Amino acid sequence: MRNAQTAKAKGSSERNLSHLRVKSFVVTSREKVRAVYEHPTIVRLAHWMAAIAIVVLSMSGLQIFRAFPSFGSKVPQHTLFVPPAGLRLGGWLGGALQWHFTFMWLFMGSGIAYVLYEFLSGHYRTVLFHRRDIRGVWPMVKHYFFFAKKPREFEPYNPLQKLAYTTALFLGALSMITGLVLYKPVQLKYVAFLLGGFHLTRIWHFAAMCGLWAFLPGHLLMVAIHGWDNFASMVFGWKKEPPYIHEPDGGAEHGK
Amino acid sequence: MADKNKPQNELRSARRRELLKMSPLLLAGGLLFPRVRSALLEGGLGFSDRASSALFNRHGKLTFSDAEVVPFSKFPYNYFNVLDPEVDLEQWTLTVEGDVARPGEYTLSQIMALPKVSQNTRHVCVEGWDVIGNFGGARMGDFLRAVGASPTARFVEVECSDDYYESIDMESALHPQSLLCYEMYGKPLDRGHGAPLRLQMPTKLGYKQAKYLETLRVTSVLKARRGYWEDQGYSWFGGL
Repeated sequence: MRNAQTAKAKGSSERNLSHLRVKSFVVTSREKVRAVYEHPTIVRLAHWMAAIAIVVLSMSGLQIFRAFPSFGSKVPQHTLFVPPAGLRLGGWLGGALQWHFTFMWLFMGSGIAYVLYEFLSGHYRTVLFHRRDIRGVWPMVKHYFFFAKKPREFEPYNPLQKLAYTTALFLGALSMITGLVLYKPVQLKYVAFLLGGFHLTRIWHFAAMCGLWAFLPGHLLMVAIHGWDNFASMVFGWKKEPPYIHEPDGGAEHGK
Repeated sequence: MADKNKPQNELRSARRRELLKMSPLLLAGGLLFPRVRSALLEGGLGFSDRASSALFNRHGKLTFSDAEVVPFSKFPYNYFNVLDPEVDLEQWTLTVEGDVARPGEYTLSQIMALPKVSQNTRHVCVEGWDVIGNFGGARMGDFLRAVGASPTARFVEVECSDDYYESIDMESALHPQSLLCYEMYGKPLDRGHGAPLRLQMPTKLGYKQAKYLETLRVTSVLKARRGYWEDQGYSWFGGL
């Protein structure tokens, strides 16, 4: 590419950003900007596929739950609640199971591709909550909830954000594993045993879904607050001039 | 492309290229078309069944202690049209046909003469509930050997007195816990639970456990009618 230099951001040992691609782009005859390739193609595809899959699996899941809306015994049966029709997908149990058994492959496929990519590329360092992130959580909470000054940014994701994403990934993995156990409780009897049995697994599966949906309002609010460039990076990959590359050692050695 | 005086915005073109890579997501738009949607869901169900069949562990067994068995009164009666199709238990025989060396009519005492298995296993309904019960009967594998079922046959089809019908893969039929069940809780099967003979396979969902058996057919070619619920959209393999 003309006039563009590519370099890897060299991170200190404290924040290793070497997996991130930083590049400067000529945008007008006088101006260059730097951008970070925050979300590689696999990550973006996996994000949106998982989003579609979670909506379909949740709605068809509620239709499946409608067939036996309880976590207790069959005789006698105590109905816990009947999910509203507007939140259900599939029309009847058989239809809902078809949606569930189709989109579970999309969910698992995108999840597994994402996790493999994160580990092979080193990208997981951006996302996974680490012990050293613990002390940064409270300042972020103070910033968001009590209007304290925003802590300086040294990485694409702040500690609270990493905690949220790591939790969401855990819930995604939990919903996949519990779902597989409900699908094959005899074949996967040892996993079922570890989860506390078939009944409890059904509750875990439901709870994991609730957890993923609890994550969503905060996620969408943050997307809304942080503006177009932030959102656009999950569509186009590149994020223009994110603050952390201006911190000392951020994007160092880069052609200035 | 941009002329020489006005250099192109490289970031914009990079983003355009990246946007193109997102194009597979447009496939989701196909869901808006009913024909695409039903083809996709049918494909998804079929793929799940093939995967389930390929990964089926023929030795996977799950049994429970007597303490875990629910009282007989808490074992639900489930049926699709009538609870009691009024089978004449005195005159009843099981018709055996298809790829077998010895087709014909088999009486209950002939089936009861095979080694009896009593097991505490779990009945899991596709709706999500489950009950652990005690079931007694002959291994389907023993019966299939007794009637000389072809070793290359792939399926077992059954027809029932209440017009229910089912078909199962041979591997599941030969599973050591798959029973031609004539007893529950040590007593002869009652009419509501499928007297005199029903299928009981703990590696399959409840709707595969056909009751009030009349005909058993060994075959390698499934009929178009594969099962009462399967023909309406349930998974055919229905494995657990």
